[in-house]
Amino acid sequence: MKKVKFLSTVVLTTLLFTACSNDDGTPEPVNEEEVITTMTVTLTPNGGGTLITLQTRDLDGDGPNAPVVDVSGDLAAGVTYNGTIVLLNETVNPPENITEEVEEEDEDHQFFYTIGSGLDVTTAYGNFDNNGNPLGTDFTLTAGSVSSGTLTFTLRHEPTKPNTGLGDAGGETDIAVAFNVTIQ
Amino acid sequence: MRNYALLILLFSSITSISQNCDNTLSGTVTDLHDGSALIGAMLIVAGSEQAVQTDFDGKFTIPNLCNDTYSIQVSHPYCLTKGFTVKVSDNTTKSFKLEHHLEELNEVTVEGKAYSDKSKTILENTIAKKELERFSSGSLGDALNSLSGVSSLNTGNTVVKPLINGLHSSRVVIINNGVRMEDQEWGAEHAPNVDINSAGNLTLIKGAGALQYSGDAVGGVIVAEASKVPVKDSLYGKTLFTGASNGRGISLTSQLTKSYQNGWYGSVQGTLKRFGDFKAPDYVLSNTGIFERDASLHFGFNRFDFGIEAYYSLFKNEIGILRASHLGGAQDLIRAINSDRPLIINDFTYKIMAPKQDVTHHLARIKGFKRFDSFGKLSLQYDFQRNNRLEFDIRRGADRDNTSLDLQLDTHTLMLDLDSHLTDEISLKTGVMARYQNNFVNPNTGVRRLIPDYDKYDLGIYAIAEYQLNDQLLLEAGGRFDYTYMDVFKFYRTSFWESRNYDELFPEIVVEEFDNQILANPQLNFYNGSGTLGATYSFYEDYKLFFNYSIASRAPNPSELFSEGLHHSASRIELGDLRFNSEIGHKVSLTFQRSNDIFSFSVSPYINTISDFIVIEPTKIQQTIRGNFQVWEYRQTNAQLLGVDVDASYAFAKNLRFNHQFSMVKGYDCTRDEPLISMPPVNTKNEIVYQNPQFNNIRLSLQSEYYFRQNEYPDNNFEVFIPETETTEVVVVSTPPDTYHLLNFNSSIDFKATKKTTLTVGFGVTNLLNTSYRNYLNRLRYYADDLGRNFLLNIKINY
Repeated sequence: MKKVKFLSTVVLTTLLFTACSNDDGTPEPVNEEEVITTMTVTLTPNGGGTLITLQTRDLDGDGPNAPVVDVSGDLAAGVTYNGTIVLLNETVNPPENITEEVEEEDEDHQFFYTIGSGLDVTTAYGNFDNNGNPLGTDFTLTAGSVSSGTLTFTLRHEPTKPNTGLGDAGGETDIAVAFNVTIQ
Repeated sequence: MRNYALLILLFSSITSISQNCDNTLSGTVTDLHDGSALIGAMLIVAGSEQAVQTDFDGKFTIPNLCNDTYSIQVSHPYCLTKGFTVKVSDNTTKSFKLEHHLEELNEVTVEGKAYSDKSKTILENTIAKKELERFSSGSLGDALNSLSGVSSLNTGNTVVKPLINGLHSSRVVIINNGVRMEDQEWGAEHAPNVDINSAGNLTLIKGAGALQYSGDAVGGVIVAEASKVPVKDSLYGKTLFTGASNGRGISLTSQLTKSYQNGWYGSVQGTLKRFGDFKAPDYVLSNTGIFERDASLHFGFNRFDFGIEAYYSLFKNEIGILRASHLGGAQDLIRAINSDRPLIINDFTYKIMAPKQDVTHHLARIKGFKRFDSFGKLSLQYDFQRNNRLEFDIRRGADRDNTSLDLQLDTHTLMLDLDSHLTDEISLKTGVMARYQNNFVNPNTGVRRLIPDYDKYDLGIYAIAEYQLNDQLLLEAGGRFDYTYMDVFKFYRTSFWESRNYDELFPEIVVEEFDNQILANPQLNFYNGSGTLGATYSFYEDYKLFFNYSIASRAPNPSELFSEGLHHSASRIELGDLRFNSEIGHKVSLTFQRSNDIFSFSVSPYINTISDFIVIEPTKIQQTIRGNFQVWEYRQTNAQLLGVDVDASYAFAKNLRFNHQFSMVKGYDCTRDEPLISMPPVNTKNEIVYQNPQFNNIRLSLQSEYYFRQNEYPDNNFEVFIPETETTEVVVVSTPPDTYHLLNFNSSIDFKATKKTTLTVGFGVTNLLNTSYRNYLNRLRYYADDLGRNFLLNIKINY
C-alpha cells in the first residue's frame, strides 16, 4: 500500500513538473479581424466637378483615441452625387476591405443616411440585396440649396428587413458616424 | 495482503531455530479511536495456540516465548479480529490497537469527515441532500439563493453566480469535493462549473472560514461535498427526473454506489439537462436554452487509519445568451432600454445560437490519508483541473462561426495537511499547498485576447488551532500566508499603453513592439496574509453565540489587472489596471442562535471593511466608429459592507411550520462617499410548510419572496446624442427596477414501492402568479423581463 502511494506521488509530482516546464515562448499577436477602422464615403458629382470624400478613421479601434473625421470639401448646390462607401480594417497589413464582406452578406446589413435639420440634401439607395431590400453601400445624394448640418451614416448588422428606417430596423450598430457637411 | 504476510511469517517462525524460550510479551490492547482499554480481548499465538485475555486495564502478558517473530491474533467481541506480527527479543512490551465494528466505524468516519477544516466560530448554513434535490434541474447558484444572505448575480436565468453578503466572483471561493474550483471565476458572467447533482450537501460560510483552501475569500466560501459512502457491503442508487414547462426541458440525473465491508467503494453519477428558450410572462426569451452534460466517478478505499480516493468529474455546459442582449454602442443601448420588450423575439426553439457560452471543466483528484498515533492524520492530495471556455458572438463574414473567446486554464495543486490533537482540548491543523496554473488564450479567434496568457505559481501555508476550553466555550485561531507569482504575456494597444503612461512607468517590461500593439511581460508578486479568530459560546440548552473576526487578502484577478476592450453583452469598454495591489477585507460577524424543535432562530449581523477594494465603474464616454461607448474602469477604493441575516422557524402546530428569512446589506464606497454598485436589495422570504411523516411523508409548501427596490446605488446614467431625432437622451443604466413579489408552491409525497425502493413524486410551481418583474442583480435586466410561471414535476426513485 505504502509503495503504491509512494509511486503515485512520484508519478504525480513528475506530471506536475513536466507541466511546469511546458514553456513555448512568447504568444503571437492577434489582430482584430472584424474591426472597421476606416470608412470612406466618396461622392462623385454627376457630370463632372470636384470629388468630395468624407472619411472617419480610428486606427486603434476600441482603444482610447477618438476617430479622426475629415470632410474634403463643400458640396455644390443643385448637384447630384454618386456615393460609394468603402470600409477598411487598417489594423492589418495590407488593410482588409470589409465592404466586400458586407456586400456578400447583404441581407444581414443595411446602411442608413440620417440628414440633420438645416441640411438640404436627399438620398436614395443605389444597391439592394437579393430580396430587393436596400443595402446602401452605393447611393445617390442630391445637394439642394445652400445650407449646412450633419450627415450621419449608420450601418446596422442583422437588421429587420424590410424596415421604414432606423426606428424599426433593430439589429446592432456597426458604424455610426456624423459628418458636418456644408452646401455652397 | 495481511493474510499473505501472516502465512509468510508463519512459515518463517516454523523454520527458525528455537533458543531461549522464557521471554514474555506484555502490553495493552486499546481502542484505536479513543485509546480506551479493551477489557477481555483475546490474544492467540499462532502455531502454539497459546491464548491469554486482557484484564480490567486492558493489560496482558504472554509467557514462554522465544527470541523469534510471532503471529498473534487479537480479538474482542466489539472489534474486528486482527493479526499482528511481533518480534520478541528478551522480555518485550507491545501495545495493540483494534478497530471498532464496522457500523460504528462508519459513524466515526462520518463524524470525523464532517469538515474539520471549516471554521466553527462562524455560523454555517447547510443545504442538505433532500433540499438540494429540489434544485436538481437548476444550478448551484439557484440552490444557494435559498439561503439567507445569499443572492445571485445573474446573466439571464441560466448563468447564476452566488453573491454572499453582497460580494461575488473572485471574492467567493467554491470548494468542490475538496478541490478549490479554478474555472475563470473572475467573470461576472461565468457561472460555477459544478453539477449540483454531484453534491451530497452544500455548506456556506459567510467569511474566510476555510483557511485550509484559501485566504482570499473576502466574500465567503461554498463547500460542496459528495455523499459519504458507508463502510459495509451495499449497492444503492437514485434516479431523479425533472420536467419543467418553462423552457420545455428535462433534467435527468442518476447515481449508483457500491461499497464493501473491507473499505473499498465506488460510485458513478451522471446528469443530463436540456432546455429550450425560456419564457417571460409575455414573450419568449430567445436564445436562452441550455444543454448540460455531467459525469463523475469516484472510487477508493477507506479505513479508519488510512484511505485513498480517486475522483474525476466532467462538467460540460452550453448556454445560450439572450439574443437581444448583444448590442453595439450607446444608441443601441437606449433603444433596448426604452423598449419594454426585447428587440429580438423569435419562436421557441431548442437550438442554441450565438451569442452563447460552451464550457467544459475536468476535475481529477487523488487523495490519501494515514493516521499516525504519534502525531495525527496526514493527508496528501493532488488535483488537476482543466477549464475550457468558449464564447461565441454575433460575427460577420468568415468568422461567423468562429469563437470569440477560447480560454484554457490548467491548474495543478498539491496539498499536504496534518490534523492533530495536541491534547484532548486542543487540536491543530496545519498544511502547505503548492499550485501551478497556466492560462492559454487561443489566438485563432480573430479577436484580441480578453485576458492574457499567463503562468501563475502559488505557495500557501496555514495553521488553525481549536481550543475547547470547557463544554460551553470553544476558541479558534488560524493564520495563512500565500505567495503568488504571475508571469504574464500581454498585448496592449499602443494607444492605451501610452494613455495610461505605462510607456514611462514600465518601459522595462516591453518585449516587442508591433504596428499598433505592444507585447509586455509583467511579472507580478503578491504576498497575502490572512487569518481568523473566533469563539463559540453555548449557554442554557438551546442558545449559542458565535463571534468571528477574519482577515482575507485577495490578489487582483486577471480581468481587474488586464481588461482592455469591448464587453459586448454589457455594451461597454472595460479597462483594468496593471498597478493594482491586493485587497484586504476585515470581517467581524456575530451570530445569536437558538436551536429548538419548536422555535429556532439565528440573527447574524456583520461588518466587512475592505481596503483597496476593486470596483469597476464608468469614467467617461468613448467615441468609436461604432458610436459612443461608456468606458468602465477598475479602480481601488475603501469599501464597507454592513448587514444582517435573519432566519427563524416556528412550528405552530404538529405538522405545520412557518419559516422566515430576512437579509439586508448596505455597501458604501468610503472614499467617494457613495453606495456600491450591484448590492442586493433588502429581501424577505416567508414560507408555510405542512409535512406529515405519518401520511407518506407528504409535504406542501407555499413560499413568498419579496424583493424591495434597491434605493442606494451609484448614479452612472449618462447622456448620448441621437442623430435621427437630434435629441440628447439619458441612458438609464443604473436605476434599479421596482419592488416585486413572487409566490412559489412546492409539494412532494413518498411511496414505498418495494422493500428497498422509495418513489418520491413532487410537483411545484414557481412564479405562481406569472408576475412580470426585473431583478436588479440580473445583468440582462435592461433587455427583458425575468422568468414567468414554471410548472415542475419531479420523480425520484431511491433504490
